[in-house]
Amino acid sequence: MNGTTLVLRALHHGERRLARQLTAVAEHHRAEHEVHHVATDLARWSREHANRLAEAGRVRGHPAEAPEEHPPSPLTALREGAAHALGDRPDPGLLLLWDLRKLHLSASGNSLYWEMLAQAAQAAHDGELLQLASRCHPQTLRQMKWTNTMVKVLSPQVLTTP
Amino acid sequence: MDTSVDRIADPWGGRTPYRRHQPWPARVDTFLEPGTGPESVQRWVQTASILHSDGDAMDIAVRDGRMVGVRGRVSDRVNRGRLGPKDLFAWQANSARDRLTRPLVRRAGRLEETDWDTAMDRIVERSRELLADRGPGSIGFYTSGQLFLEEYYTLAVLARAGIGTGHLDGNTRLCTATAAEALKESFGCDGQPGTYDDIDHADVIALFGHNLPETQPVQWMRVLDRLAGGDPPRLVCVDPRPTAAARRATVHLAPRLGTNVALLNALLHEIIRAGHIDHDYIAAHTVGFEELAREVSSCTPEWAAGICDVPAARIREAAEVLGTADRLLSTVLQGVYQSHQATAAAVQINNLHLLRGMLGRPGAGVLQMNGQPTAQNTRECGANGDLPGFRNWQNDRHVAELAAVWNVEPETIPHHAPPTHAMQMFRFAEQGSIRMLWISGTNPAVSLPELSRIRSVLSQDRLFVVVQDLFLTETARLADVVLPAATWGEKTGTFTNADRTVHLSDKAVEPPGQARPDLDIFLDYAARMDFRDRDGGPLIGWHDPESAFEAWKRCSAGRPCDYTGISYAALRGGSGIQWPCGEDTPEGTPRLYTGGITWARPDDCESYGRDLVTGAATDAVEYRAANPEGKGMLRAAGYLPPHEEPDDRYPFQLTTGRTVYHFHTRTKTGRAPQLDAAAPDVWVEASAADASAADLAEGDVVEVRTPRGALRGRLRITGIRPGLLFVPFHYGYWDTPGGHRPADGTPGRAANETTVTDWDPVSKQPLFKTAAAALTLVERGNGTPSPAPTTTASAPWRAGAAPPTTGGRSALVRQGPAMPWTGPAGGGA
Ligand code: SF4
Repeated sequence: MNGTTLVLRALHHGERRLARQLTAVAEHHRAEHEVHHVATDLARWSREHANRLAEAGRVRGHPAEAPEEHPPSPLTALREGAAHALGDRPDPGLLLLWDLRKLHLSASGNSLYWEMLAQAAQAAHDGELLQLASRCHPQTLRQMKWTNTMVKVLSPQVLTTP
Repeated sequence: MDTSVDRIADPWGGRTPYRRHQPWPARVDTFLEPGTGPESVQRWVQTASILHSDGDAMDIAVRDGRMVGVRGRVSDRVNRGRLGPKDLFAWQANSARDRLTRPLVRRAGRLEETDWDTAMDRIVERSRELLADRGPGSIGFYTSGQLFLEEYYTLAVLARAGIGTGHLDGNTRLCTATAAEALKESFGCDGQPGTYDDIDHADVIALFGHNLPETQPVQWMRVLDRLAGGDPPRLVCVDPRPTAAARRATVHLAPRLGTNVALLNALLHEIIRAGHIDHDYIAAHTVGFEELAREVSSCTPEWAAGICDVPAARIREAAEVLGTADRLLSTVLQGVYQSHQATAAAVQINNLHLLRGMLGRPGAGVLQMNGQPTAQNTRECGANGDLPGFRNWQNDRHVAELAAVWNVEPETIPHHAPPTHAMQMFRFAEQGSIRMLWISGTNPAVSLPELSRIRSVLSQDRLFVVVQDLFLTETARLADVVLPAATWGEKTGTFTNADRTVHLSDKAVEPPGQARPDLDIFLDYAARMDFRDRDGGPLIGWHDPESAFEAWKRCSAGRPCDYTGISYAALRGGSGIQWPCGEDTPEGTPRLYTGGITWARPDDCESYGRDLVTGAATDAVEYRAANPEGKGMLRAAGYLPPHEEPDDRYPFQLTTGRTVYHFHTRTKTGRAPQLDAAAPDVWVEASAADASAADLAEGDVVEVRTPRGALRGRLRITGIRPGLLFVPFHYGYWDTPGGHRPADGTPGRAANETTVTDWDPVSKQPLFKTAAAALTLVERGNGTPSPAPTTTASAPWRAGAAPPTTGGRSALVRQGPAMPWTGPAGGGA
């Protein structure tokens, strides 16, 4: 297994994780209607990315790992992190900001993997892989821009108006 | 042509056919209350209609200090004397007996009459408390698309620089937010490219989700007059209902709800494939062609046919008509703006015109419409979630300019994030961070989606609600303070229609009781709050409509919506004037973009744009990189399935909309006898196929249910697309025992009991036209017909299934050449 395969695998994992996180955030923040709907739409992108990555891994003879039997609920993970920082009964606005931050970090982690993949593909003259990266990476960047915009829009009210 | 016409039975009146490129002939419509002869009218007072965005110019007839009728202004290019049914009859609501005449305050849970000082002091006291304890972010303003320019501008200054809150938006959010956003996405700046006069010159008129005959009936008269004359235009109509426009269309497409982007991408695919694009125009005036071409390359008519449920051959036919037009006029309204992927779809229509070079020439134009009469002013004055004068909140130079006009520090004006949109304001109020909401001239307790939620937000004890309106609306009943407002005809001001035409509306009569103009109320509040500029002078230095207009002119100077060449004097007498109107354009400007795109340069543009799927904001650097020279932007968007799709439990798609006889929540039109009688109660439309499958008949009482709630109405079977239900959104509860909600144990009546809280992430416009619903029989009609009009898109599928909608003697309108008795005042006609 070479480095590219490792990145493929890590990114596959990262995209699936982001898809789950987006779905969980959409579920948890149903009353934040825009977050709910857009996160649901964006989860679709990550699922597509994961499928394409799995396919690319298969073609290269390194199938992605089978899905874990009991994936730790990303919601619990998110909640635990946030609750730790925010105290026992966190304000829903603060929780949302924390969740958006988490999504942003996951997406930017994926973005860097895409960058590695694209660079590797160019060095190795792997046209197919390059095409995959140039198709998907912009959507990852759009996921990051969205979380960034939402943080920018919501922070003033959540953080300064009790 | 001097005749009397029942304008309820015939909403559009008689024809005055004309040929392409000829001027539209005049026809003067006059309605005086029974027993009033023209000779007894003492004064004619100049105004324009505020019941839709057409801007029909008219004069109010006054006798003994009362309004007694109206007539169209023949000198105005917008309507050449014609009036629509609402223009003709709705003025009667001004003198309805239940007008609010005194302020009300809530004491021990009940609204009680009081005086102005008490009411205003209460508001001021609460504002001060909140500012001290919780800061400016705890106060929000939700205004209208029906006040006057001077009022919005004053409100924008007091909210943004006086209070310093980012929470100011209009109900234009429900109506024209997508139009504004789509224009910003394509042209960098708001501003209607086309003009109504393009109807005279177009050889193809395409109506996208725009029921023109019912929303702007006077421009439909213009289309009908062209259809009746030589060299008539071909119409392309995209609408799931059999509107009057659909019936006259060369090609009618009735797509499944929520699939506009798929349909439009397929139309663009075909137009590019067939080579019907203007390569020179694209090269000279646009960026983004490659990406758009790539995005639509796989969007074949067959692909779209599967998504939209429209035959591929029809899509091809439509593309052929659009692609071969030599002057194409497109108009767009709620079928696009209130539907899934609203902005993405509206932008594809701009793309169609950029690709074909169909802009800035007679007959070649886009009309991204507004519905509300003064929505354009809400937008340009910055009362709609933008900064005044189409300034860019992300551009520090624009903010500094605005601060200089207001003589405040730039930091005073919140611009660290985009101004808050209405749906977000209601969310902040729901969460408790907004504690005071001042609602002027609008009725969210009927007009916003998911009413049970809105009622519970507005009913919270911790939220202080101020309502400023004409009547005790559903929303006013939930308020803590109610302020009685004067309306059209009782105050002076200007407003601007959907094709940028500015009209003056003069005061004709006194308001009832202690009711006051909205401008006076805002000025009074500003004075009591003692808002100051940076030199300690009063922040708001104007005191009446004309001085407010002059202040606005300074704010608009040098911006696309330049008013500096307009004055009250110039607006009196003749025709309205289309902005921009400044030094170089003293006569106004019929068409924007006659010589290329003018306001998209990075330093000038109103917005750097947003992602068409996520709504994420683009920043200055990215914008400059993508569009350094400020060209038109071809923006691609892929189709996404709607968020709520029919399933076993909710097998239908549900859409809501309006009828020609009513406006908004019927506050005025429901109080005009002819209009009320023409469409007195809510109804439900379904197709013949669906009705027969469910064994339902005309007039059966049915229930429409969604996961949010339910309503009941009588069934009308129409030629609507199978699988789709339609409910008009006008009906609420003010004229029912419930007052502001369904009375206990009675079913809902408002369409918005059922609608979903979801909005376009780009324009933030709520999606009233995407929901899944169930339909069930409640009670057999046994011959009682549905109250739906028979003259409109609600016409029964089987002729004669319901008695025809007529108005009788009380709806007779005189239709003829200019009246010989043009009165002493209001001249010009
Ligand atoms: S009826 Fe529709 S189009 Fe008309 S003003 Fe209201 S929201 Fe706008």
